[in-house]
Formats: sequence, C-alpha cells, structure tokens
Amino acid sequence: MLKVFWAFIKKEVYHIIRDKRTLLILFGMPLAQILIFGYAVTNEFKDAEIDILDHARNETSTELIQHLQSSGNFAINEILTSEKNMESGMKAGNSKLVIVIPRDFSNDFYAENSVKLQLIADGSDPNNATTLVQYINEMVRSFKSEKNVSISNPFQIGIETRMIYNPQLISSYNFVPGTIALILLIICAMLTSLTIAKEKELGTMEILLVSPLPPLLIILGKVTPYALLSFINALIVLIIGYFVFDVPIVGSVGLLLLMCFLYVVTALSLGTLISTVSETQQSAMMKSLMGLMLPSMILSGFIFPLASMPMVLQYIGKIVPATYFIEILKAIMLRGAGLNVILFQVGILILMTVVLLVLALKNFKIRLE
Amino acid sequence: MSAIKVEHISKSYNNVLAVNDINFTVEDGELFGLIGPDGAGKSTLFRILTTLLIADKGKATVAGYDVVEAYKKIRKKIGYMPGRFSLYQDLSVEENLSFFATIFGTTIEENYDLVKDIYVQIEPFKKRLAGQLSGGMKQKLALCCALIHKPEVLFLDEPTTGVDAVSRIEFWDMLQSLKKKNIAILVSTPYMDEASLCDRIALIQRGKILRIDKPQKMINDFEKPLYAIKTHETYSTLQHLKQQNFTESILPFGEYLHLVTKQKLNVEILKSHLQQNGFTITEVKKIKATIEDIFLDISKNEKSLTK
Repeated sequence: MLKVFWAFIKKEVYHIIRDKRTLLILFGMPLAQILIFGYAVTNEFKDAEIDILDHARNETSTELIQHLQSSGNFAINEILTSEKNMESGMKAGNSKLVIVIPRDFSNDFYAENSVKLQLIADGSDPNNATTLVQYINEMVRSFKSEKNVSISNPFQIGIETRMIYNPQLISSYNFVPGTIALILLIICAMLTSLTIAKEKELGTMEILLVSPLPPLLIILGKVTPYALLSFINALIVLIIGYFVFDVPIVGSVGLLLLMCFLYVVTALSLGTLISTVSETQQSAMMKSLMGLMLPSMILSGFIFPLASMPMVLQYIGKIVPATYFIEILKAIMLRGAGLNVILFQVGILILMTVVLLVLALKNFKIRLE
Repeated sequence: MSAIKVEHISKSYNNVLAVNDINFTVEDGELFGLIGPDGAGKSTLFRILTTLLIADKGKATVAGYDVVEAYKKIRKKIGYMPGRFSLYQDLSVEENLSFFATIFGTTIEENYDLVKDIYVQIEPFKKRLAGQLSGGMKQKLALCCALIHKPEVLFLDEPTTGVDAVSRIEFWDMLQSLKKKNIAILVSTPYMDEASLCDRIALIQRGKILRIDKPQKMINDFEKPLYAIKTHETYSTLQHLKQQNFTESILPFGEYLHLVTKQKLNVEILKSHLQQNGFTITEVKKIKATIEDIFLDISKNEKSLTK
C-alpha cells in the first residue's frame, strides 16, 4: 500500500512540475497576493495630496500647514487663492482634500475661542475620505497641544483613544493573516478539485477506478502533495509578513503551524468535496472561485467587517472556514493567545473538516455514475 | 468457466435504450469482437462489464465474479483500455507504465515477458511524454498499461480507432499472440475488416445484438447473390439499380457498388443491362460477402422488421 501511495505522490509531483499553470498558481499567486495586499491595497497612505485655502495667511496658519506636512502623510498640492478653485484640484484628481483656514484663525486660536476649520473631502472614495479626515483631526489636535492651548470649555468630553495590539493601525497586521487564509484555501481547495476533475475529464479516472485502488487512497494520493505545498506557502507568507511587513508573531509558533495544518486539512476536504460534484476542470474552477474565494475574501471579515453586513451575509460568513481561521491567526500572531482562548474556533474548524470529509467520501463515486 | 458471461443486460440513458437485452459468452483464451457503428452501445457494454456502470436489467459475470456485487474482485483481474486515450499525457512512456504496474501491485520487470513484444516497439521512446506519441504508439502504450498486471480478461474498447493502417495490422497481430497466453479478449471496433481476425464476433446495432457467430461461418452462411460493379458514374448507376425489380439492396463500397439481388443473375446479362441504359461499366463480378455486407443486410432487415 505504501508503495502505491508513494507512486501516486510521485506521479502527482510530475503533474505539478510539468504544468506551468499549476506552478504559476502555486507559487506566483501567493507572492502576487501578498505584494498586492502589502503595497497596493492599503488603508494607510503617504503623501496624500491636499489643497489649502488659507484666508488667514499669518504665522499661526503657516505653522499649522507646516505641521500637517511634517507628518509625511500629507503633501501640499496647491495653495489656493480663492473659493472658486476649491473643486478644481479634486476634479482633476490631483488632490483628495481641501482645508479651509478662516480669516481670524490666529486670533480665535489664541483667544481660546472655538476654531472652525473647514475640511472638504472627496467622497467618491468614502474609505479614503474618512481616513484622511481622521488623520487631519489627529494632526490638528496634536498641533493644539504643541501650542499649549488647552480646551477651556469644561463641559466637553475628551476622548482619548488607544489602539492596542496594533497601535499604529498597520494594515499588514490584518492582511497577512487574511492572505494566509486565502492562499491556503485557494491552493488546497481549488487545486485539489482541479486535479481530480482533470482525471475525470481526461478519462484517466476511468482507469484508476478499474484498478484495485481503494477510493481513500486515490484521494489521499491526490491531495497529499498539495497539502505539503500549501503548507510551504503558508510558511513563505508568514516569513514575508514577518520580515518584510513587520507582522509580529507574539504567540507560539508551534501552535500557529498546527492551526495552519488543521486549516489545510479543512480546505483539502472542501476541495475533494467540490471535485466529487464537478465533472470538468472548468466547473471545478467556477465552483471553487464562486463558492470559496469570494466568500472567503468578502464574508470572512478579512476585508470588510462582518458586523456591518446584513444578517443573511453574516450567517453565510459564519459557515466560511476562513472566518474562524483568520480569528485564530490574529489571536495567536497579534495577541499571543494560547489554545484555551481559541478553543471555540478550533472546535468549529474540526467539526467542519469532519463533516466535509464524510460528505466527500460518501460522494466519491466508485463507478462512473 | 467462461471468462465473460452476459445475460439479458439492458441499460438506458434518459429513456434511450443504449444496450437492449444483450446475451453472449466469451470463453477463456477467446478473442471476441463486438462489431458495430458508433453509438451502437459498445462502450456502454464495456463499462458495465468493467464495473464502471450498473445495468438496469440483467446479470453479467467476469472471470466468474458478478459485476455488481464482486466488483472489487473483478478490478484485480481485468485490464481495460477505454475508447479514448486515457493515460497521463504529461508523463513519459516509462513513467506511465511503471505507475500502472505499481497501482496493480506489480512491477514492469515482473511481467515484462507479457508486454515485451509490444513494449520493445515503444521502448526507444520511453523518455518521451505520452502526449507526444503518434496514435499507433499511444495505443501500444495503452495496451501495455492494460496488460502489465497480467489480467485474466482484457477489455479493449475501439483500440484501433484513429490508428494508421500499418499500426492496425500490428496491433491485431499482438492480440493474436496474447490469445495464446490464454487471456480472454473482448474487443470492439467500428472497422468491419477487422472482424475476420476475431474468433467470434457479435454484430451490434442500436444496443441490440444482431447475430453472434464465427466470422467465416457468417460469410459462408450468406446465401444471397452479391455482385460488385465498378463504374465511373457511381451515383446515377446506384439510383438506376435501386429502382430495378431484381434489386434487394445496393450500396457503395469504396470504388465498387455492392448489389444484392433477389435471385441469381448472369454477370454478363447484368453488365449489358446496365450498358444498354447508357452507363459505362468497367467491371461486374460475383463476389463473396464481407462482414460489412452481412452487417448491412441484417441491419436492413432489422430496420424493416421494427417498422
């Protein structure tokens, strides 16, 4: 039996290394994804272009403008001279935000009257606009404290926020776990469903069935190489995350790898199940993409928070394995949690795996129909 | 014990009868041919016998085991070559063969003598990927893979379809030598000229077996007068003969027309009759029937019966 298993794995490895498409998905996709999420899709920004309409034109307003620039988050696109030009920068796409400084800015500021700055943001990109406004608020607050201007109104409630576990709100803390969840799912589930569907499509499954091989061995032989490769991929993403994007691993590395392994098994059973219900590679591909990748990206809380979604989508999100895996990863990597904290999520993943495996084995046809 | 025993097997797909009440047996060491056009139900029958499909009705045994209940036992004893080339195209000749040897729990070396005659022909290309082989080579490799575990019964579904004439002859030579090793072979083909190479044949059409017999006996039993006519005006001659009273059937056969008549005719009279009607006839001769003539004759009667 072991010899047969080994022959199977050898055959599968030949398939993988001789097929450029598989190789590309295997090793190109994780790299591309982590780089895209790391550099392109990020909520942080540097040198956001802003316009300033300075009615005050005095020392204090200049200081404020310098203070804004000093953070490295903003770059001045243009100092406007009249209200008429306020929109032109945004229309041309050169600036994201206009700050209007009032005429009596300086006097009010030192007289400790309430100061009103006007911010006009480009709402066509709501996420960006909100973040920019938040940053400016923060900058103005720090400008005030630098100038030692205290808030005189005793009835104001001052809120002091502190983000823990990710104090600088670095987005890589979010996307590295998310990317691992996504990559493992795509490689394990999509590639296994593809490779089994390929055997059906090319008719080789017919010969495998008319051989003394038990179904379990056929499945195991097909998925084991992919399990190993995706595990290696998870390691690569973790390493890139750690060294390139400075994502910490606070908790136990052993536990982290164990959880990756559990998730790999979940994804493999999902892929096998998909392959049992698809006859062609194309159908397997469509089912994996629509049924796995989209929900895992959108409904797992990776990109959009689940809590703000309609109830239906929240429930769908609850049956996406990636949801739990991302929670587990964040708990271990960022908060340094132990197994006792993530027991619930681990339990659900194990339950999902068992159910999927039973379904896959039950669905695996020992004949052609 | 018969290698294959088929009793009243029927199978339909979406209310279309693909295989209709089929009965036959294949003895050990017999080369049995299923002869019929595409869509006759040959592949469905193969899949039922190789335990890949379950028949709606009837019973079948292969190597003494029931194809439904004892499918696991059968899968150890048979070699199967599907109609479509079904080896790994991205694996080399050698890798394919050794993979199939391993999954059947054997090695190339162990059963080398069985495949030797065939394998020596493709051995020079053993490092080549299977997908880059020619049609004939592919079939030889597929046969090797189906044989490597020394099966008791060999199922070959249209092994020579899409193979050049020379390779087809070579392939049938190989089957003859395998027969001597007491392997029962069930082979299907749409090529009627290959029928005479089988020990026995079953003519099959639209899921029904029309006749089972030795090919030579079928030919000898065909008593209707049959003439071959060679002419340049094939189509108009055919149309003319169709309307004659003495004609039972007329069909084009390569460069000849094959004419079956209701009673014996004199070759010369037939020739002059045609020439009088203004056709240029190069040759008219009385011939012995081929399997194809017999097949067409029987299937024609079958058609008129069902109507």
